[in-house]
Amino acid sequence: MIAPVRVGQAVRLAEWAPGAPIELSEIPANSAKEFILPASETIGRYDRDGARFTMRETTPEGPRTVLLGVRPCEAAGLAIVDAVFNWDSRDEFYDARRAATTVVATACAQADADCFCTSVGGAPGATRGADVMLRLADGGRQFIVESLSARGEELLRSAHGVTEGEAAADPLADVPVRFSHERVTGWLAGQFDSPRWQEFSLACLGCAACAYLCPTCHCFDIQDESTRTAGVRYRNWDACGLGLFTQHTSGHNPRADQMARWRQRVMHKFSYYPEKFGMLACTGCGRCARMCPAGMAISDTCRAIDAEESSPG
Amino acid sequence: MSIAEARDEAPGVRTFRLTFTDEPARARFFGQYRVGMFGLYGLPGEGESTFCVASPPTRTEYIECTFRRAGRVTTALQDRGVGESITFRGPYGNSFPVDAWRGRNVLFVAGGIALPPVRSVIWNILDRRPEFGDVTIVYGARAVADLVYKHELADWQQRGDVRLVTTVDPGGETADWKGQVGFVPAVLEQAAPSAGNCVAVVCGPPVMIKFTLPVLSKLGFAAGDIYTTLENRMKCGLGKCGRCNVGSAYVCKDGPVFTLEQLHRLPSGDM
Repeated sequence: MIAPVRVGQAVRLAEWAPGAPIELSEIPANSAKEFILPASETIGRYDRDGARFTMRETTPEGPRTVLLGVRPCEAAGLAIVDAVFNWDSRDEFYDARRAATTVVATACAQADADCFCTSVGGAPGATRGADVMLRLADGGRQFIVESLSARGEELLRSAHGVTEGEAAADPLADVPVRFSHERVTGWLAGQFDSPRWQEFSLACLGCAACAYLCPTCHCFDIQDESTRTAGVRYRNWDACGLGLFTQHTSGHNPRADQMARWRQRVMHKFSYYPEKFGMLACTGCGRCARMCPAGMAISDTCRAIDAEESSPG
Repeated sequence: MSIAEARDEAPGVRTFRLTFTDEPARARFFGQYRVGMFGLYGLPGEGESTFCVASPPTRTEYIECTFRRAGRVTTALQDRGVGESITFRGPYGNSFPVDAWRGRNVLFVAGGIALPPVRSVIWNILDRRPEFGDVTIVYGARAVADLVYKHELADWQQRGDVRLVTTVDPGGETADWKGQVGFVPAVLEQAAPSAGNCVAVVCGPPVMIKFTLPVLSKLGFAAGDIYTTLENRMKCGLGKCGRCNVGSAYVCKDGPVFTLEQLHRLPSGDM
């Protein structure tokens, strides 16, 4: 069971130990994607002997997992990543973990200044991607439980202490709308070469912290690690913000500078992903802004784009 | 896959002829393979590299790949010899719509190490020669030594049913060089193949492509009749890892073959 728990100073989504308090007061530093798409995952094994090698069967792992007390912006992220891992061919490694995971989301009662779910089609009480929804009620003394899928139904059947009754739902977080994602997507369609990208990206250090924390960023690398007799092939998180991501062996790099990389990040989330999969690749969780060492926020870029798109002429 | 033959083509450039480890693998591959598709060639412990399949689906006992020794994986691969094995995943990606070109003339324009992806189409069309009209090949490299498939160039030169124009960049010629001297776009313009009922397949370094496309337009080729294949860096080849994205396209799934008309809709600054 994975839940938001305090680890040192931070609240993180981590394996829950019986008795540990579940922290709903702040948004966890990490996103839940690492439990479906681990930062590093074994996708192949082999034995080596000089120039000879034998590939070993590598079975995808799908440990039975409950994500408890994750926010709607987190649950929505899983629904978004599902699309890319299941269009065309299916990703067995992703799907094995995903199929074994039940998402018990909690309606969001406390947002912060970096949150913008309501600007990207979400809401503090949204149920997208959740199997079960919990809503605090009666001043935090009870939960209202709602099952949203067969998996959620199954979980609730085995739960104790769930009764029929009346309860008054507590108020949800107030997340103001910061920009119109329709106007952002509209502007992006024609502004690949806009001079404004230079300004939007100026502070970016290319550290990729935003991508690693993002619930929808899913780009990966494949790397081998081996001794003389055996080895492992890993799938590791990667990010379009890193300079080597697209660099060819020849030295040619299609995205040669940080401007091109930041543009790719914004374009992918608000233009390319909607075009390819019919949905934004952003849930407004705000982690990228909260943790950016340079103080950047994708919502600031989106607000600037919205202002530009809305301004006459 | 087992290395059945290894041939040096040019400094640092080698071709492997690879045979399948078993008949089901061979049959499965050729059940799917269409010309233009690519694969990921690798070695456990080193990694994988993406190259086109440089031989056509009309030759079904083996596949060939031609690649330059450039980084860790390509160096390790070239260090493997005949009789040794490498890994292969594929075929992946889309293909050149060769069947739709039946009855049409075909022009190939290639530069340097970019002949291999075009060579599979050339072979395929020559193996089915009566189905197509005129075949013109314009191929150039920096220097004579850098031309790949030298024996095949000689064969194509001798055929009565292929027009081959070879060129090297100024200064790259040798005393006995009988081809042209000049950059591919200029030599193409001079050769002036007719655009009438013709499709063009273009592959080369970005700078060659940049200056060749305007020449093709000038010769009268429509953007929908100009084909190329993008060689983006890839990892998965399956439309997941995000590395080859250009705009909303996954080069590994929606490509690698694109018409110029399709490329016009993608952000050129990301290629």
